[in-house]
Amino acid sequence: METAGPAGGFGQTERMDRVRMALVEKNGYEDAAFRVSEAQAGDYLALLKPRVMSLVVFTAFVGLVTAQVPVNPIIAVVSILAIAVGAGASGALNMWYDADIDAVMSRTADRPVPSGRVLPGEALAFGLFLSAFSVMTLGLVANWLAASLLAFTIFFYAVVYTMWLKRWTPQNIVIGGAAGAFPPMIGWAAVTGQIGLESVIQFLIIFLWTPPHFWALALFKSGDYGRAGIPMMPNVAGEASTKRQIFAYAVLVAVVGILPSVLGQASATYGVFAAALGAGFVWYSWKVLRMPDVDRVMRPAKALFGYSLLYLFAIFAALLLDSVAARLGAPVW
Amino acid sequence: MNVMEDDKVNLTDTQKKARRGRSVAIAVALVAFVVIIYVVTIVKMGPSILERPM
Repeated sequence: METAGPAGGFGQTERMDRVRMALVEKNGYEDAAFRVSEAQAGDYLALLKPRVMSLVVFTAFVGLVTAQVPVNPIIAVVSILAIAVGAGASGALNMWYDADIDAVMSRTADRPVPSGRVLPGEALAFGLFLSAFSVMTLGLVANWLAASLLAFTIFFYAVVYTMWLKRWTPQNIVIGGAAGAFPPMIGWAAVTGQIGLESVIQFLIIFLWTPPHFWALALFKSGDYGRAGIPMMPNVAGEASTKRQIFAYAVLVAVVGILPSVLGQASATYGVFAAALGAGFVWYSWKVLRMPDVDRVMRPAKALFGYSLLYLFAIFAALLLDSVAARLGAPVW
Repeated sequence: MNVMEDDKVNLTDTQKKARRGRSVAIAVALVAFVVIIYVVTIVKMGPSILERPM
């Protein structure tokens, strides 16, 4: 297994050599820097990580709606679009920097940069350009607090997580998870101009949800991460410790998930629904905790990974519906 | 792979097709951006933006 060094992993020169070698080996390009691009528009779209983007759009939208502030629908739509493009830009910067490790992981080997369809420099320029444009647009359309939060999110994901934490510590996705947790807070700030307790709780739900989600994936993809030299928790602390930590975070997510109801921000109906969802999360994590060490198929870990996606979507959908019902004056218990 | 003849780069059909696709995407994105800024300006500043003295 190749290990990443403590000072941020591979050096810049070594990293670029790896990308170049991946391009040469895979596509037979003698010098990738001097070829004419064959990248399709769809390859640039793929750089934006559309699936992650869809989650960002959804959670930012929930943050925006639950703020319960009247807002022009055009301003709301453009704000969400700017947040989505900003998130996509950070994805492009991530793919630029991580091309060397993406090339050796089965899940990511076909991404535009490691596959040679887009050159590293093109991905970098695309990411920087969209970062600047999305932040400026959000600042002009909504307000500069929301734009600052978006800029910080891009910086946190592309620099703090991708360049620093990811190759250095098994706590990478714990701390880096903050980047994925900011969108509802940005959506909230876009319409209120401030950071409310409600948006902090939405941040916490995603922040605490991230470790069990990614560690469930890391359990059954540990070979991939090991080959790439990424110090994920199962590779560093072992599977037993990872399973215990997954369970602990699942309990925390379940508790934080019902806080909006406890603090009077959401209805009791939401609270009951969130409690049931949280109990499901704890149950699936318990199954992972009880998973025998000899189990290499790891169905419980795969089931938890799938459930975690459902959980996040469902809990934010519940917050959204609860907020809309309250706004419409619907009789919700 | 592009072919070089007489110091000129002759693009292959694949490269031409890819370039055309990228150009169309950039055009669409630019037009969308202009429309967004136009509409947002009207929304934020109201109809009075059209009634300013010359």
